[in-house]
Formats: sequence, C-alpha cells, structure tokens
Amino acid sequence: MQTHTFKPDMPPPVLSVGVLGWLRTNLFSSWFNTLLTLFAVYLVWLIVPPLIQWAFIEADWVGTTRADCTSDGACWVFIQQRFGQFMYGFYPTELRWRVDLTVWMAVIGAAPLFIPQMPRKALYGLCFLVVYPLLAYWLLHGGFFGLSTVPTSRWGGLMLTLVIASVGIAGALPLGIVLALGRRSDMPAIRVLCVTFIEFWRGVPLITVLFMSSVMLPLFLPEGLSFDKLMRALIGVILFQSAYIAEVVRGGLQAIPKGQYEAAAAMGLGYWRMMGLVILPQALKLVIPGIVNTFIALFKDTSLVIIIGLFDLLNSIKQATTDPAWIGMATEGYVFAALIFWIFCFGMSRYSMHLERKLNTGHKR
Amino acid sequence: MSEAIKQSISAEPGIIQMDGVHKWYGEFHVLKDLNLNVQQGERIVLCGPSGSGKSTAIRCLNRLEEHQQGRIVIDGTELTHDLKHIEAVRREVGMVFQHFNLFPHLTVLQNCTLAPMWVRKMPKREAEEVAMHYLERVRIPEQALKYPGQLSGGQQQRVAIARALCMKPKIMLFDEPTSALDPEMVKEVLDTMVSLAEDGMTMLCVTHEMGFARTVANRVIFLDKGEIVEEADPDTFFTNPKNERTQLFLSQILH
Repeated sequence: MQTHTFKPDMPPPVLSVGVLGWLRTNLFSSWFNTLLTLFAVYLVWLIVPPLIQWAFIEADWVGTTRADCTSDGACWVFIQQRFGQFMYGFYPTELRWRVDLTVWMAVIGAAPLFIPQMPRKALYGLCFLVVYPLLAYWLLHGGFFGLSTVPTSRWGGLMLTLVIASVGIAGALPLGIVLALGRRSDMPAIRVLCVTFIEFWRGVPLITVLFMSSVMLPLFLPEGLSFDKLMRALIGVILFQSAYIAEVVRGGLQAIPKGQYEAAAAMGLGYWRMMGLVILPQALKLVIPGIVNTFIALFKDTSLVIIIGLFDLLNSIKQATTDPAWIGMATEGYVFAALIFWIFCFGMSRYSMHLERKLNTGHKR
Repeated sequence: MSEAIKQSISAEPGIIQMDGVHKWYGEFHVLKDLNLNVQQGERIVLCGPSGSGKSTAIRCLNRLEEHQQGRIVIDGTELTHDLKHIEAVRREVGMVFQHFNLFPHLTVLQNCTLAPMWVRKMPKREAEEVAMHYLERVRIPEQALKYPGQLSGGQQQRVAIARALCMKPKIMLFDEPTSALDPEMVKEVLDTMVSLAEDGMTMLCVTHEMGFARTVANRVIFLDKGEIVEEADPDTFFTNPKNERTQLFLSQILH
C-alpha cells in the first residue's frame, strides 16, 4: 500500500507580509492607487501643519481677558474663562458640586457593570437604573430632603446636553423596543396603534416637535396647568427618537430566523419569555450599529433645544461669543463645541464596537 | 393486518390522537383527514415525498402549525386556541428540528437549562445537573461551555436532542433531524435516537433514514399529497408494500 507524504509548510513570500506587504497591498497596489496615496499625502500636508500652527504653536494659553489674546493663533483663554458656564450653564456656582457628584455617582455606580465576574449583574443593573434617576433628580433639581431647588431654567451647558441625551436614550430605547414588538404583533389593534405612532413621529421634524411642545402645548392645556419646559422637551425627544429606535429594532427582529421563534415556542416559552430570553438578545445584538447610530444622532440633535430657548452646550457657547468683552472668539468657541461633541460621539462609537466584539459568539449567519 | 396496527386500533385512546385532521395553506389542502392513534412508548416513522405534508402533520402536534378541522388530543389535552392548553402540550412534547435551531447567543449548557428554568421553574443548579446528565447521554458533556456556532452539525443536533430531553418530555418529535447533516455525521445522531428509542420514549420521526425506520419503528406511515397512503409495521412496509405509490417511493429511495 502507498502512503501519501504531505509537503512541509513553508513561510510566505517576504513581500506579502509585514509592513512592506501591508504598504504594497494597501497603498501602492496599482499606479492609480499610488496616485491616490500621493494625492492624499499632499492634502494632509496642506491641512494639518497650518491647523497645528493655529491650535497649538501660535495659540494663547494664559491670561484672563480679551487683551491677552495677542498672537495670530487661537485664543484658548476664552474657553478657560468661560469653562464653568460651558459646563454648568447658569447653575449656581456654589451648588455646582451637586452636578459633579451626580456625574461621579454615575461613573462609580455603573463601574461594577463592566466587571465581568460581578455576580447578580442583571439585578444590580436593574436597581441602578431605578435608583439612579431618582437620586440624580434629587441632586440636580433638589427641593426636598434638605437640598435647595435649582429650577431647570438655570440648567445649561454640557450638563443640560448630557441630561437631555441620557434621559432621551434611557427613555427611547425601551419604548422603541416595545413599539417594534407591537408593530410585529399578531393583534391588529396593537399593530395599527404602533404603526400610527411610529409613522407620525417619524414624519415630523424634531424642531417642530420641540416647538410644539414648548409653544403650542401650553395653549391647549387648561389654565393654570403647566409643566416644566425642559420636561416637555424631554418627552418630545423621547417620543421622537423611540420611533427611530423602533424601526431599527424591527429590522433586527426580522433578521432572526423563524426557526428561533419555533424552537422557543416548542419548548413552551410564552410570548414575553420567548422575546426576552431568545429573540431580543439576538436581535438587539444584530442592530447595535443601528442603535448606536441613532444614539449619536440623538446626542447631536440635543443642540436643537436652542429653538425653545434652553441653554445647552452649543447655545451657551453661542451666547458667550456674543459677549462684547470677548468679541471675535466664535471660531475658538465652535471648535471647542465640536471637540466636546466629537469626544462623546466617538466614545459611543468605540463602545459599540467593543460590545459587538464581546457579544460575538462565533455564530455567523 | 399486522399485530401492531390491530393493537393500536383496538386499544384505548393513546397519548397522541388525531381524528379527521384537515389543514389548508390558503387554498392549498395540505392535510386531508389524518387519523392517527399513538400509544405510549410507540415509535412511529413518517415518510413520504417532499410536499406530502409529513412535516406539517408533525408540527400540528405541538401547534407550530394550526389545524383547521378535526381534533388533536395530546396526553389528554386537546389543542385548541386556548394558549394554556398549547403551552401545557408544549411542555410535554419535545421537538428536534432539521436545522437544529439552537440559540446561538447562549452556551450549550444555557441552551439546555433555559426551558427547565423558565418553564418548569427548576432552580438553576438542578437544571444544570439535569442538563449535564442529558449532555452525557448524547456524549458531548465536554462541549457544555461552548457556543453552538463552535460545534459541528452532528454535535449541534445532539445538543438539540439533549435540550429537548431536559424538559423531560413524554413525547419526542423529530422533523428530518439528519437531513441537514454531512453524511459522516448522520450516524452519531441516529445512534442517539436509537438509544432514546431503546429507553421507551414515545417518538414520532419524519425521516428518510430507512435503516433507522427498519430497526427502531413500530409502525411506518407513508404520506402522499396530505393523506396516509399506507401504514404498516416496518417488515411489511419494506418487503411487501400494498400500495403502488408506496412501491414507487421505496424503489426510488432504496437502491
């Protein structure tokens, strides 16, 4: 009988691996690709050095007034001087510790959720989600248990942006999931209700929603009954964004094979357990990019509250640039705003990528 | 008429009863007047050409498909629109699918403990013990902490069998359990099913594995165009089929 001898493994050609290989395949694979690479390098050379010159080398870093902005570059003194206002808006200076404490509590409270070995994580997470908003409201707004009231009209800056974004996200996600389930329900009444809701809110611009909530709604409410402007804006944002989340989640639900529903049903799991234990964990994992996309859009859309006179980060900066004492600081202000928005949005994007990798169980469909 | 059939007809109502079951998909009449009485511990093999309604028939037994006429009674509970009845039946009836349908986001062990914990309200530790017992039964306890996506098709199907067994069902339904497998993996799944049959489980299998039918089945039922064309014990069925449609079918698959 003959025995087949297998050939030994050999190393790959030098030019196909390592830095050289990477450069060859990615940057210089053809003459057209080489041309593009050179053009891109030229563009970078055109843009980056002047930017560094303006933002760092020729910039003013120390001082207290407009008079200290002497060089040709950026004047970061403006940002330094108005930093408090950009972060807290008109929140009373002596009470800003309450905002800081709220943020620290969020960081410390959420930290255990990121420890893999933590026991009873789901239960802890649920408690945190219930307890933290109440605590945050008490700290930020006050008015009971010995804390003085800070009306929402004095909230502003990054703090207000974060409040709108986080309440919007925390409210819109669960509502959106319920709407998505409702839209795929077997019961016609529920389905029609959900479709109507989703199509209504998706068909209206957010600006209109905010405007309606702040200007029109009070006209319809009976005399004497009014509730907080921020509250109305928050409800508007939640309802608006939940319609988008619902459609994203529905996409995920439709991507789950029928066999998964059947297997869950055949085991005797009822509707809610089937959805909660089998379908939604898979569907939500599939649509993480879409959900985070919506969250990022939501975070940036918070700046639209300018239309109803709330002073979020962008509006605070806009306000400060119109100050006669700081004339001509608009560029610095908006660059700073862009940087803050970018940091948060990029953070969300990176976290979603991490989450996708972590939840990947090697099942490719 | 063979002993097995005489027995099942004369005996009192069995654990599965289908009386005059009809089903339509829109205008298409899929199941026509199905009558079946299965005693506890019986092993039935359903076969037939594709589109004959054999999968639909078996899926009606745990209401994954709804029949529109006739009665289906499983272990004393009639399948109606009542959700309570449907869930009660599903608790006692395990099902294994052609495409396994394991939950890809859960480990093998979690796949097996899910239903016992949430439907039977079994404590986690006990559910895990039961799961490990059945995973040993299908000879893959070492894969318990892996995800389904990391297993071969044959292993996945054995996990699916273990998962169904963890609910300690009275009846097991198999819907073409080996059709999606590579040829070299068919045997490991069939062996598992044979050992299950030897333990006296009531089984209904839709399958084209005629070797399995021959060794395990008490009765082989041949369906075509939604009707039971022939019903016999395996010996009679394979060596002396009465109906010409059955003969044609057998000549096409046994070669």
